[in-house]
Amino acid sequence: MNLENIEFIWCSAFFILLAGYAILDGFDLGVGMLHLFSKKDHERRIMLNAIGPVWDGNEVWLVTAGGALFAGFPDIYATLCSAFYEPIMVLLSGLIFRAAAIEFRSKQPMAWWRWMWDVLFSLASLIIALSLGIVLGNLIRGIEINEHKEFVGSLSSLFNPYTYLVSILTVALFWMHGAIYIVMKTEGELHDKLRKWVNPAIIFFIMCYALTTMATLIYFPHMSQIIQDRPILFLIGVVDMFAIANIPREINRGKDWLAFVSSCVNIVCLMALFAVGSYPNVVRAINDPDHLSLTIYNSASSHTTLQILLLIAIIGIPLVIAYTFAVYWIFKGKVKLEATSY
Amino acid sequence: MDVETLARFQFALTIMFHYIYPPLSIGLGLVLVIMEGIYLKTKNPLYLQMAKFWTKVFALTFAIGVATGIVMEFEFGTNWATYSRYVGDVFGSALAAEGVFAFFLESGFLAILLFGWNKVGPKTHFFSTLMVCLGAHFSAIWIVVANSWMQTPAGYHVVGEGLSARAEIISFWDMVFNPSSMVRLAHTVIGAWLAGAFLIISVAAYYILKNRHMDFAKATLKIGLAVGMVAVILQAVTGDASAKIVAVHQPAKLAAFEALYHTEKGAPMQLFGIVNSKEEKVEYGIKIPKLLSFLAFNDFSAEVKGLDQIPKSDWPNVPVLFQTYRLMVAMWGIMTLLLLISIYMWRKQTLFANKWTLRCLVASVLCPQIANQLGWVSAEMGRYPWIVQGLLRISEGLSKSVTANQIISSIIMFAFVYFILFVLFIFLLNEKFKHGPDEQDVWTPYYQLQHYLEENE
Repeated sequence: MNLENIEFIWCSAFFILLAGYAILDGFDLGVGMLHLFSKKDHERRIMLNAIGPVWDGNEVWLVTAGGALFAGFPDIYATLCSAFYEPIMVLLSGLIFRAAAIEFRSKQPMAWWRWMWDVLFSLASLIIALSLGIVLGNLIRGIEINEHKEFVGSLSSLFNPYTYLVSILTVALFWMHGAIYIVMKTEGELHDKLRKWVNPAIIFFIMCYALTTMATLIYFPHMSQIIQDRPILFLIGVVDMFAIANIPREINRGKDWLAFVSSCVNIVCLMALFAVGSYPNVVRAINDPDHLSLTIYNSASSHTTLQILLLIAIIGIPLVIAYTFAVYWIFKGKVKLEATSY
Repeated sequence: MDVETLARFQFALTIMFHYIYPPLSIGLGLVLVIMEGIYLKTKNPLYLQMAKFWTKVFALTFAIGVATGIVMEFEFGTNWATYSRYVGDVFGSALAAEGVFAFFLESGFLAILLFGWNKVGPKTHFFSTLMVCLGAHFSAIWIVVANSWMQTPAGYHVVGEGLSARAEIISFWDMVFNPSSMVRLAHTVIGAWLAGAFLIISVAAYYILKNRHMDFAKATLKIGLAVGMVAVILQAVTGDASAKIVAVHQPAKLAAFEALYHTEKGAPMQLFGIVNSKEEKVEYGIKIPKLLSFLAFNDFSAEVKGLDQIPKSDWPNVPVLFQTYRLMVAMWGIMTLLLLISIYMWRKQTLFANKWTLRCLVASVLCPQIANQLGWVSAEMGRYPWIVQGLLRISEGLSKSVTANQIISSIIMFAFVYFILFVLFIFLLNEKFKHGPDEQDVWTPYYQLQHYLEENE
């Protein structure tokens, strides 16, 4: 195997983990945000149990992506975490509250108890999506970095119209993804009700997507530079458009799982556009992009470490995929409440 | 307060809270494997009931363990960015391995363990339980390896100078099998077994005291006592081995544990006492001559390095470490004594009538928790002033872009969130234990309460 560009290989591995997280936990977050729209306790339990067996494992993709970043690109990990101190703290509290809400809500019968956790579950899911979006938006836009790779900007510099836009796009994306997932996993009256939520979600997503794309092309043309240089990459955008267009088509045909697959393809394409557009930067220095940006080459671990990591991934990832599939296979089909359900 | 103190405080707060849960997951994981294994072998439904009951408790500890664990992973970067840059090349690969090999295994099969009772056959279910238990143990392996590398670094070289200096891996296996990693791993995992064993012992003793679920309680108690007994014996061995490694590789830490201010041949062992750090001596203590030299080096007249060999500014906090270390050992002593008494009384068939012993067993759940916490406090505070022993100081590892105010606000947030989480955890656990392992209502569903909720809608 040609290991000359091992940084690129490990960077791809990192983005694959991130895409895995967005696809898998994306629908958990979407279901979480939709949770309050259903008023009946029985329906809420069905929605909760649609993600019940898998949300924990889905979250692990983020944990492992974090580990992959720490190991492969310590400087990027360090700069990113210390620069986005507040968004990450908010993200972490969101993750804690979501876990608590899922685990605690059905353990007491009181109506107020369940309502409290339902609200927290929804809010936590929303906050997780928003803070992920803030980080993502700032990575596209760039942050102020000095020559020691340290963040020198202020907290307020992280919040501006563009990062809000990306943040809302992230919410819209997971909202749509979650709506499709929940339609796929339910049946009967609830299913029919949920089905009506999908189209508004798709429209909202497309609006956000179009706006974000326009804003990106106008204000951050560096994101499309590489596509100008290598037109073949334009195909990602084409595939993405077909995938998005296919979602309402499959929903109308009643092939919910194909709509879900399309939605997954959409997420992969979005992640690819982001990764390709920022390459080789991961953290762009807005003050001097050409010299101060953290690229996958100036911030990587040694080749020895990257080779070790690659070996770990080659052994580990097939195993991970195998039991992820096994678990989804065992819990396939429509959700039914049982004695062990949440 | 300065950034260093705050960052250390925050790390201590979040890691100590986190460290309540993973040991319970590891210990309960082992217990679950034993219970379900016995069920598969004997087909006695009692053991299935036990496995199902403890699975629910496992789920609760696991969820909080994961939620608080993610915090730890990102905290390296948020508060200790310079440290992360310095060690990422070495430390990161252990964390990545943990994610890939341990967390996915654990969380994937957890779904089947918790929700798969009616979806897969008993053998597949047992296999899933086994994998969850294995995953929990794997997660301990990688994080303890990473932590041990900070105590006794090996398999690396330092590249660059000044701000851009960092440790890079030379040999992955030398890093993994650094001098202290395997012994500390064994010590940690057995500590976790004790946490699991004493939780089930405590609950079983509670039921026996209340004369409820007697068959369930006796069978649970038997497993708990057996696991606990094996664990305390092994813990003595690994504890001794761990101290010997500390003696060789981190003499300052050992000297702080023992408040040994002056290098001595045939050093004595202080059983207890109070350290007077001003006059550099131990007061109100009793010591056994030459024992420390023997325990550390297998030689009654061996020289044990004292704190006088180290610049005073680099001394760890001796008065605190002296006590935390002793309390940890004392907890081991209490656990061993309790186990011996209980097993003896069980054989004499007087255990179930002896209320005081049972009450002690109920309270004993705290012993392994205290021991685990104090063990880590000793291990990590003993490393002071180094964040990576001999390579990088704690003060050098901080994030340069993070201010005291940011850390204070996150400390307040974590303190608030964790306090709520802890209260709820204890409340729900207590409800679960009071309710007992009855088959009809297994905690989450609310069959009897369905009407109540429908009326309220």
